[in-house]
Amino acid sequence: MLNYLIKRIGNSIIVLWVVMTVTFLLMHSIPGGPFTAEKSLPPAVRANIEARYKLNDPLLTQYKDYLSNAVRGDLGPSFKYVGRSVNDIIAESFPVSLELGVESIIIALLVGVPAGVLAAYRRNSWPDRAVNLLTTVGVAVPGFVLAALLVEVFAMKLGWLPAAMWNSWASRVLPAVALAAMPMAFITRLTRSSMLDVLGQDYIRTAKAKGLSTGAVLFRHALPNALIPVVTYLGPMAAGILTGSFVIETIFAIPGLGSYFVTSIYNRDYTVILGITLFYSAIVIFMNMLVDLIYPLLDPRIKLGERED
Amino acid sequence: MSAANELLAIENLSVGFHTYRGDIKAVRGMSLTVGQGEILGIVGESGCGKSVTAQAVMGLLPKENSFIAGGRIVFRGQDITGADEAQLRQLRGREVAMIFQDPMTSLNPVLTIGYQMTEGIMLHKGVSHEEARQEAIALLDRVGIRSAKERMGAYPHEFSGGMRQRVMIAMALICRPKLLFADEPTTALDVTIQAQILKLLGELRQEYGMSIVLISHDLGVIASICDRVEVMYAGSVAEVGTAKEIFFENGHPYTQGLLRSLPRLDADRREPLPVIAGQPPDLSLDIQGCSFLPRCPYAMKVCRDVRPEAVPLGENHTVWCWRAYREQQEQGEVSARG
Repeated sequence: MLNYLIKRIGNSIIVLWVVMTVTFLLMHSIPGGPFTAEKSLPPAVRANIEARYKLNDPLLTQYKDYLSNAVRGDLGPSFKYVGRSVNDIIAESFPVSLELGVESIIIALLVGVPAGVLAAYRRNSWPDRAVNLLTTVGVAVPGFVLAALLVEVFAMKLGWLPAAMWNSWASRVLPAVALAAMPMAFITRLTRSSMLDVLGQDYIRTAKAKGLSTGAVLFRHALPNALIPVVTYLGPMAAGILTGSFVIETIFAIPGLGSYFVTSIYNRDYTVILGITLFYSAIVIFMNMLVDLIYPLLDPRIKLGERED
Repeated sequence: MSAANELLAIENLSVGFHTYRGDIKAVRGMSLTVGQGEILGIVGESGCGKSVTAQAVMGLLPKENSFIAGGRIVFRGQDITGADEAQLRQLRGREVAMIFQDPMTSLNPVLTIGYQMTEGIMLHKGVSHEEARQEAIALLDRVGIRSAKERMGAYPHEFSGGMRQRVMIAMALICRPKLLFADEPTTALDVTIQAQILKLLGELRQEYGMSIVLISHDLGVIASICDRVEVMYAGSVAEVGTAKEIFFENGHPYTQGLLRSLPRLDADRREPLPVIAGQPPDLSLDIQGCSFLPRCPYAMKVCRDVRPEAVPLGENHTVWCWRAYREQQEQGEVSARG
């Protein structure tokens, strides 16, 4: 177990280094730079600024500098937001994205899993068809359309919930629901198809032959087996949601990480692009590791690091 | 057999399945009786309706596409045909239990043996967790699981196939059911394990005074422990009798064909193994006469038009065949003349 973890963490560091290098190269290969503006600066001023941020150093030197700082946990200063470091930006905005993301994941799971179980148990009945229709809509409708609709209905027409901002409990509801829609639809469909497969297994017939109640058959015997593919999907999905959604955060004026990620690319804010990419990669890696650690709890046949021995 | 001694009676049961190709009539007028403490064997080739009959009694057929088209299932004097889920749940596990063909897939891979052993008895008998545990350990011990106490926490994949089938048997017996359906219990096991499992079933029948319906396509399995045997063909009974009658005094050409196609040690090896030519009938079609007609070496005109009637050959021995009927008529005439 400990060996397995050490090995996984070692691999993760290599992956992070590759991500960093590739991003660094891509970033510098796109035209323009952080201080390219429509109104060009006087060459002397520009040279001054570039010297200040060491952008006139050879690329290899810049790379070495960044790497050595990053290893020490310093992701550098932002080029656009004067006086703020990338560490500051992440520390301020990630908690907001994290909270919104956790709320969305909870909504997606609490609705998606039971809906999937119901649809599988009553397959081809009207609840199944309703779930099928709603999940198709959930996957097909883009987040910004749903968000706009939610705002129109619940904020404008009914006036129940605030249309934007990030302050009260009520302000969390609409963005969390809008962000949860897509993963909820996926989780429902995954749970349904996986449950259908499991419900046809011999051990479910055994459970029924024991005279167990429908609830015990569905939730004790079938669901733990059916959740394995759902958990697999949950890892990368959670990483994506926790690090923030540009669309949802922009529509609801939420000061999360997602909006920084996108604007930093337009701004060619090199350190912010690199820093957030690295941070995002680390979370994806961490989530996948978490998923792998959860598998053995769901399925005793799966043992961590079994191939090594 | 007297009605008082009768545990289960199936009368003229018909079961069908809706499919995209139309309805499949898998069981067509099947009848059987099981006496207290008796082992009844049901033998027949794949798809003849053996398992469907058993699952119909348990109410385990898929509800979406199966239906009981006619007949009655009577268990301990009570008609349970088309009983609702709540009634069936009272019966399943507690009164009637079932073990299945493939012990590899019939145990839940994510739950411990201990959990799967005890959940039934805790539900049906309302015993405490500790009592259920003790009972499960005792039963696992009885079916031959070594160090049963330690093995309660193990998962199915940590057992071999034979051991899993023993666990399945112990699990089925934990509520002391009156009737056990064993649906091809040894088919997935190798031959030495097969013999052990059959011996165990025979012993447990004595100890618990339960009845067993043993479903198999293997005449060797049937011969080793059954009191009476029912030969099924295309969803109905071809012949029923004591094991001795079925193996040595059989009257149905299908029974004879099955026995002839068993490999024999004393047979001439250069001779090919005899087979019953042809295929079983398409069960989506209606069959007017005898379902065995296309494969029967003795087919007569009447076999095509009229379904065979029951011809009693002995106290417990009945065959559904026009040829047996004619022979009996002729014998009757001879004895009347003589």
